[in-house]
Order: sequence, then structure tokens, then C-alpha cells
Amino acid sequence: MLKVGNYQFKSRLFLGTGKYPDFDIQKQAVDKSETEVLTFSVRRMNIYDPSLPNFLEKIDVNRYTFLPNTAGAKDAKEAVRIAKLAAASGRCDMVKVEIIGCDKTLLPDPIETLKATKELVAEGFTVLPYTSDDVVLAKKLEEAGAHAVMPGASPIGSGQGIINPLNLSFIIEQSSVPVIVDAGIGSPADAAYAMEMGADGVLLNTAVSGAGDPVKMAEAMKYAVEAGRLGYEAGRIPKKDYAVASSPEEGISVGN
Amino acid sequence: MKITVNGNGLEIQEEVKHIKGLIDFLELEDKPLIIEHNQQILQKEEHERAVLENGDKVEIVHFVGGG
Repeated sequence: MLKVGNYQFKSRLFLGTGKYPDFDIQKQAVDKSETEVLTFSVRRMNIYDPSLPNFLEKIDVNRYTFLPNTAGAKDAKEAVRIAKLAAASGRCDMVKVEIIGCDKTLLPDPIETLKATKELVAEGFTVLPYTSDDVVLAKKLEEAGAHAVMPGASPIGSGQGIINPLNLSFIIEQSSVPVIVDAGIGSPADAAYAMEMGADGVLLNTAVSGAGDPVKMAEAMKYAVEAGRLGYEAGRIPKKDYAVASSPEEGISVGN
Repeated sequence: MKITVNGNGLEIQEEVKHIKGLIDFLELEDKPLIIEHNQQILQKEEHERAVLENGDKVEIVHFVGGG
């Protein structure tokens, strides 16, 4: 079980809800992923066309824990406001702090992220900050009361996978709150790798929504996260420089 | 009375007296939405108590897809 604050999840895969080809494919993908946590953004409603459908109307909302993000916020103040708006829906008290500090790389602003985390913890939120893969910052976020830390594997939507496994491993080894690898995952191998390294969960969006077949990829990600976790729990063999035979060397009759 | 909704000016009739009335007027009553009235975030039960006045600023937001 994955425990984040007072929440417990069987699935260690958190799924984003952005940029799917259509709602039907999205719903099928969400089903196949067996995720229990869906991320959302908070945006102005188009009040002149209320007939526009919303994904929330397509799913059984009670089956999922909502993890709204604060995307769009440029500083802690805006992030806190978005988190409070999301909470006013009455559907969630979890929030993914996402404060972008660089428009080109979409990397997070560490100082504002830390500030927002402190404020939102004080307000009683369950706080999961999206952070760069910096172990010092991860520790400070934990000290600030973050209920999990979510380091990026590589830039958002880039699909580059884990570009700095060493940095990520520092965070995983030293964190005493769950580490959920967020952003940059491109393939099931990336998700399995993160889990095998000991990450507690994976949050991804584009890797599924942008896949050739999002439904099949959602299922693949489910298995990848499970396989990676099982592999981590089982404990992999150490790497050696030379071969070690798997078949016994004694009792060979062939050729004698 | 003229108010600003989601950044756009909106002329509303006299009978729209509070936020709940505005939601009904815009035919959004069945939508999962969140309201900020003059920078004050409202809980649903407050919609009927939040009286509208000329020049008020209202934000109507909702959840959309995001990662």
C-alpha cells in the first residue's frame, strides 16, 4: 500500500487527465490503468457555452481521489489560491504544488514551491510538491511538511525518461515521505525503472495520452509500475563484470 | 447592474441578486464549478448568501484535464 498523508492507495500509478484524443478513449485508459488518483487543473469555465462536456461528467468521480495541480501559478500566492479554489469543490484536500519557474523547460521554481508547501501544509492540505531532482530541496520540502515529494524524471511532456538516475536515487534513499516520480516518463521501461529504483509511485500523463494507443499504453504502464515495484521488493542481483554460469558444472557427461 | 465574470464585463438584470442567481442565469446550475466572488472563495452553501453589487468581480472555474 502507498500511504500519502491520511490516504492509502493500492495502485502506485497516478494518472494525469490532459490532452487525450477524446473522452471515451480517456475513460477507457483510466479504467485500464487501474489508477486511484487522477490529476486535474483548475481553469476558468467557458460561461457562454455551458454545454461543453467535461471529463468529470464521464467518470464515476467517487472512485477516484482527486489531485488538482496548481499549474498556471507563477508564485506561492497564486498556487495557494488555486489550491483553495480546488478545495472549495469539496472533492479534495490533496494538492500537487506546481509552480513553473522557467517557461521553456517548465522546471519548477524551488523557492516558491517551498513557500507554497509551507503555507498549504499550515492550511491543512495534503501537499505533494512537484520538484526538481535535488535532494537538498526534497529534504527541505519534507521538513516543511510535504506529505510526498514528486521529483521530475526529465522536463514535463518530454518523454525523455529518467535522465539523472543518480540524483533521483539520492532523493529515494534519503526521503522519509513517499517519492513519486512525476514528469518526463516516456515509456513503460521508464516507469518500471523508477519503481525498481525504489520510487513509491509514478505520476504520468503524456506518456499515455499521447501514445499511439492510449488505452493499451495505460495498461502497459499499470504492469510496468507493478513489475518495477515487485522487482524492487524482490531485490535485484548485483552486477558483475564476468559471467557466472547458471547451469551446474558438476556431473557433466556430455562429451566424456 | 454590470459585473465582471471571468474577466469579461456582463450586464445582468435586476432579478439576479446573488451568486446562486447568477449561476442559474448562466444555466450552470448542473455544472461542478467553483466560485470566487471579489477574491473570496465561496463554499457551495454560501452561493445564496453572496449578494451581487455593481462592479463585482466573479470568477467561475472548474476542473479541466491536466497532469
